[in-house]
Amino acid sequence: MIRSELIQKIADENPHLYQRDVEKIVNTIFEEIIEAMARGDRVELRGFGAFSVKKRDARIGRNPRTGEAVEVEQKHVPFFKTGKLLRDRLNTEDD
Amino acid sequence: MTGKTLTRMDLSEAVFREVGLSRNESAQLVEAVLAHLSDALAGGDSVKISSFGTFNVREKAARVGRNPKTGQEVPIHPRRVLTFRPSHLMKERVAQGNRSET
Repeated sequence: MIRSELIQKIADENPHLYQRDVEKIVNTIFEEIIEAMARGDRVELRGFGAFSVKKRDARIGRNPRTGEAVEVEQKHVPFFKTGKLLRDRLNTEDD
Repeated sequence: MTGKTLTRMDLSEAVFREVGLSRNESAQLVEAVLAHLSDALAGGDSVKISSFGTFNVREKAARVGRNPKTGQEVPIHPRRVLTFRPSHLMKERVAQGNRSET
């Protein structure tokens, strides 16, 4: 499923809403999650999963082509942990 | 870093603010979006949201695990797990936003 298919499903279920509002709703949800993580916040969606930010320490990396040592700065990366309900559903339903 | 945890409530509040539906309907729409994502994944489908990321369902083979406390061998059945790959844009914005943090 891709974003446009998700928007279509929501639009089909809500014929009273304008298509552009449905787009705005779906986009707002994903945008809000990214903004939260950019602030260093977590987003916990019970039953679905939780988005959080993990810190990666600075390290000495290596250019794989030249073998040269390079300093890699500390950075923060997005992380998703699947919620219990969804994890269980993945293993009980047929595809 | 403010270290807050956002929930469904914060997402529906954002929908309420941005789209101007009632709070109740905003909450229902957030729920509907999460339900569609879950249904697709539970059915074994992957979900690809451009500029956000991709959720993939992966099949894990059976293996023999070990109870780390007792050392006892336990069979781990084949199972499906969900992986999330953030988009470039998400990675960049999360890295940028948390840059000055220690």
